[in-house]
This record gives sequence, C-alpha cells and structure tokens, in this order.
Amino acid sequence: MSVNAIASYKQLEQQSKVKNLILRWFLYFILILFASYFIFPLYVMIVTSFKTMEEIRQGTLLTLPGELNFKSWAVAWGGRGYGAGDTFLRPYFWNSIKMVVPAVVVSTFIGAMTGYVLTKWRFKGDSWIFLFLLFGCFIPFQAILLPMARTLGFLGISNSILGLVVVHIVYGIPFTTLFFRNYYVSIPNELIKAARIDGAGFFKIFFKILLPISAPIIVVTVIWQFTQIWNDFLFGATFSFGKAAPIQVALNNMVLSSTSVKEYNVDMASAIIAGIPTLIVYVLAGKYFIRGLTSGAVKG
Amino acid sequence: MFKWLEKNLPKIVLAPAVGLISWFVYGFILWTFYISFTNSKILPKYELWGVGQYVKLWASRKWLIAVDNLLIFTVLFLVICIVIGIILAIFLDQKIRAEGVLRTIYLYPMALSFIVTGTAWKWILNPTLGIQKLFIDMGFENFTFDWLVNRDMAIYTIVIAGVWQSSGFVMALFLAGLRSIEDEIVKAAKIDGANLFTVYWKILIPMMRPVFFTSFVILVHISIKSYDLIVALTQGGPGISTTMPALFMTQAAFHKSQVGLSAASAMMMFMAVAAVIIPYLYSELRRENVS
Repeated sequence: MSVNAIASYKQLEQQSKVKNLILRWFLYFILILFASYFIFPLYVMIVTSFKTMEEIRQGTLLTLPGELNFKSWAVAWGGRGYGAGDTFLRPYFWNSIKMVVPAVVVSTFIGAMTGYVLTKWRFKGDSWIFLFLLFGCFIPFQAILLPMARTLGFLGISNSILGLVVVHIVYGIPFTTLFFRNYYVSIPNELIKAARIDGAGFFKIFFKILLPISAPIIVVTVIWQFTQIWNDFLFGATFSFGKAAPIQVALNNMVLSSTSVKEYNVDMASAIIAGIPTLIVYVLAGKYFIRGLTSGAVKG
Repeated sequence: MFKWLEKNLPKIVLAPAVGLISWFVYGFILWTFYISFTNSKILPKYELWGVGQYVKLWASRKWLIAVDNLLIFTVLFLVICIVIGIILAIFLDQKIRAEGVLRTIYLYPMALSFIVTGTAWKWILNPTLGIQKLFIDMGFENFTFDWLVNRDMAIYTIVIAGVWQSSGFVMALFLAGLRSIEDEIVKAAKIDGANLFTVYWKILIPMMRPVFFTSFVILVHISIKSYDLIVALTQGGPGISTTMPALFMTQAAFHKSQVGLSAASAMMMFMAVAAVIIPYLYSELRRENVS
C-alpha cells in the first residue's frame, strides 16, 4: 500500500468519526427532546401544585414556586373544613382502595384457575372456550353499560362499592385468564403427569406445583388489574355517584365543579394524588408493568 | 357420584368464568342489540320497532360530528403514535447511555389514567395562563394558542394528550420487536455493505409487520373507546365540537332518556371494534397453530 493511500484512508477514517459523532449528538438531541415532551406535564403538575394562586397568575407554567406551599395538597386531600360543596379526595381514595383490593384478588384467582384448566386439564373444545373468553378483552364497554346498570339495580347494589367490585371482577376475567393461560402453557406437562401418577389431585397439583412457580405472572396480573381498575372512569362514573364514587370520578367532579375561582394548584395536587398509586407501582415494578402491557395488550 | 365429581372437576372450576362471561358479555350484548330495535325511551320497552333508531342515529347531526371526530382522531392518533414510537425505538436501540431512564420517562404516562392526563393537559393548554402565557412572557407577544376553546381546533388538543399518553407504549412494542431480531441479520447486511439507514429501512422495519399490526389494532381500539380523555379535557365542547361515539352513547343513555338510540350507537361501536378485532384474533390464532 502506498503512503498516499494510507494517508487518505486515515483521512477517511477521521471523516467517518466526525460524521459518527455528529450522528450521536443528533440522536441524543432527539431523544432528550422527546423526553422533555413527556416529562413536561408532570413537571408542570408538580410545580403548579406548590404555587399560590398569586404566583400562578404572575408566572408561567415553568416558573418555580417561591417556596414549597403545601396548602393545595391539604385542601385536595382533606378539604377546606366548611360544609356544603366542600369536595376533597380522602374518602374517595379509600373508596378506590376498597374497590381495587377485592376486585384484583378475586379476578386474579379466577383467572389462575381458568388458565390452569385450559392448559393442564385439556378437553375437546377447550381452545374454543379460550377464544370465547378472550373476546371479552375487546368489547367496547358501551355495549354492556345499559344492561349492567339494570342488573346492578336488580341486585340492589347499584351506586355501591360492592357493585363496582362485581363489575370489575367480571370484566377482568378475560384478561386474567389470558395472562395465566399464556404462562401455564409454557410449563411442561410432564410435571403435571408425574404428580398425577403419584396420586395428586386437581387442587393439590395447582397449589403444590403450579402456584409456587407462578409468582412472576401473579405480579404481572395484579399490576395490570390494579392499574386498570384504579384508573377506570367509565364504570365508576356510570354506576356510582355521590359518596360511593371512586377516585377518578371524584377527581373529575372536583376539577369540573365551577366554584367562583378556578384553583389550578388544588386541581394539580388532586390529579397527582389520583395518579400516585399507579405511578409508584410503575416505578417500583416497571419491568412487570411493561410485560403486562405488551403481553396483555398485544392480545388485549 | 364422587367419581363423576372428580372426573368433571376441571369443567366445574371453569364454569364460573364461562357462566359470568356468557351472561355479562354475550348476553348483555344481545340485550343491547335487541333494545336497539325497539322504541325505548327512558326505560327499555320490548316490542320491536324496526330499524328506526339506526335511521334516527345516522340522521342526527351530533352523531355525524361524533363519527367525523372519531375518524380525525383515529387517523392522527394512529399515525403520530406509530411514527414517534418507531423513531424512539430505533434511536434507543443504538446502545444509548441511560437507556433505562429514557425508557421509563417515555412510558410513565401509560400508568396514569386518562382523567389525570386530561386534567393536566387542560391546565397546560388553558388559553389564559397556560402555554400561551408561557410564550408571550418569553417575548412572543402575539402568540395565541386557544385550541382548547376553539370549535375547529379543540379536537386536536385531544390528539395531543392522547399521543402523549400512548406513544411510549408503541415505542415499547417496537423496541421489543427490534430486540427479538437476530443480530446476525444486521451483521450480514452490514458486511454486504448496507449502511445503518438501509438496514432499518429495507430490512428491520419490513420485519416489524406483526408489530405494526398489533399497534394498529390496539390504538384503533383505544380510540374507538375513548371517553375519559374527552370528558376530562373538553366535555365534548366547545358546543358539541369534540363529541365522540362513546360520549354520545352515555349521554343518550343516562342524560337524555334515549335508551333505544344509545343502544343503536353502542352497537355501531361494537361493530367497528369487531371489524378490527376479528381478523386480528383470526390471524393470531393461525400464527399460534402454525408455530
């Protein structure tokens, strides 16, 4: 190779390095640009919730509060302390907890059992049953709202937390079944066969063999159900009002209630309170959250 | 007796789920379907009335606006979410520093409810103290941004908030898809002299067809059902300019005592979803049977 060729090769390499560097910078620039688009509303919510109304009128969305002012948080959570028209989130937050916990537990358990039967005790036509259940993941709930409202009334549990628990259990079953079915399908049948030869029955196999290795899918399912039910608005707004409302409905009522002055700081504190449980779950168990989203939502 | 019980135990355990879904999903849809052919007003009536409610529905200006809005929203929501999702996924796939942090930021809106999302964006887009004031105070004195209260533009504010909530999810789907492709394919293409752009454009993106399909189905599904976001952001206003089918349905059912009409609108939504979902389920099942 001539000296000349080596020189031009080096030059070429240099050029491509510069080009690469520019490309990298561009890459990071775009990624950070989008990151700021996603983070912007959260930032605005947090700073607004700590401002006084005076500061809100004086400054812009981005300006920081002069000091951390927790008053809006106190009002959002516990109210102003006078009677009529004083809505605040505390009772509704507990409503949501009382609704979410039983609904998640029961729907997860039913899903685990159905998933177990559909994969380990197969019978003729079982895949049709799976399809039959799976379809429930996709229906637009508007198609069942009217009869559901009548049914809850008939059962005497309309406008109650119990009613919402029932609704969320029923419409959670397709998803929980899907999760467990897809998980159990990957567990070797030999394990079950061996246990059956040893004389283990239906429930023993489930509780002694499958359940101990189900932790990952239980976490995925519980997170999925928790997020769905906590964030639900349609069922909450349709089947409950007044004191039995879950938190999303209460948040919406609070923000829409047209008192004389719009208090954006209280609105933002309320929105954060309503969003914080699911955010915490997402930050703590993001991996499982995403797995649920991609496997549950890929099919649901 | 005991033998029978033991033999049928799996089916007995399956029965509650099947029973509940039969009644609460299929039975209820049939009921709604039936009611859509009656002249039910405030309470359901059971004598058949023919297709009158559907005629009324498609003659209603509000419903036509709702369908129009749904089309605008779906197209924009779909295209923007998928474009942002692909760009972010490809860029994140370049051995980026702090990938985990960025991914967390892109996806966290998915953990928030549409009511929280709508509440936040309503404040940001508010024409007096929101984004408009931000730009005016930055020195753009004639900057106006009043989409939220502008009849012609309000529907786009719903797109902005919807995209913010859901595009990170599309990113996650595409990233998972890209990561599942063998490195060998990319290496082989590079040895053959293809540059990175060609590798993505000609090889990887075409290989993402199932992911496109999945994102399409999920996003269309979200948009047909979209209700909470509109309630929180615009309540269908100004006027009725941002009404969508889901909002139309609940208003007809629970505020206007038009049970028959709302059943008809619910069935239209159901059919729209079914038209997207049934081919999808069919192809998914075929793929599963092949593999």
